[in-house]
Amino acid sequence: MEEKRVLIACGTSIATATVVAEKVKEIAQKAGIPVRVAQCKAAEVRGRTSTFDPHIIVATTPVPKDLGIPVFNGVPFLSGVGMEALEAQIVEALKKAE
Amino acid sequence: MDERSKGQDEWVREDLVVVPMRAESAADAISQLGARLEAGGFVKPTWVQAALEREKVFATGLPTPEVGVAIPHADVEHVSRQAIAVGVLEEPVEFGEMGNPDGSVPVRIVCALAVAQSDLLVTLLQRLVEMFQTPGVLRRIAGARTPAEVVDIFRQHLRFEEAESQDAGNRS
Repeated sequence: MEEKRVLIACGTSIATATVVAEKVKEIAQKAGIPVRVAQCKAAEVRGRTSTFDPHIIVATTPVPKDLGIPVFNGVPFLSGVGMEALEAQIVEALKKAE
Repeated sequence: MDERSKGQDEWVREDLVVVPMRAESAADAISQLGARLEAGGFVKPTWVQAALEREKVFATGLPTPEVGVAIPHADVEHVSRQAIAVGVLEEPVEFGEMGNPDGSVPVRIVCALAVAQSDLLVTLLQRLVEMFQTPGVLRRIAGARTPAEVVDIFRQHLRFEEAESQDAGNRS
């Protein structure tokens, strides 16, 4: 399968984004989907979306909704609530992405 | 990296725990915990304002199971030494929900994070997230009556070594 790109955004691009990035890599590996992950600050999402060209975005902070690609709220990876549903949605979106 | 040399076991001290805590709002809770951190020499006088500003832009309320938690913090330049100040509220206060501008979370456990290096913040956050997701832990913190009990719970769960052998402390 072709490598899928995931952009992870949080307030500062380091803390929660890193926790979420580790989770996304883990679930993609489990699902047998090769992924490349990039992290950025919330304010950089639009710019990085045009340069990195991600298939999906996972964010722990509000991001623009008009980017034309699926955006997932990554907070369940931090709170534990709704985590399994989110994992399933992300795997599904990565499989569908072209 | 030698985790122990960084004092990872000593994130929370009794003088940084407020239980029971009474606060009128999220901002009030952040200010009270910031005052503790400042009194202990862990943060600079700019920390409270910086954490309040950050909270407005990037809310830190987590809709965790059982009991809501918030992890207010400020950028590393406002921090002198690492620590977590913990407030266990009698009555919840509303924090904005992380990642959801329209949502709010009733929070009873406020963990004000003072972290002086960003890579350490990542490590700490991973440990905290695991801790929050461990069934029963948040309920135990919310039910604690003394700072010593809260310190014990954090010590058990934030410890980098011996994390697997803390069965004795897991009784409720």
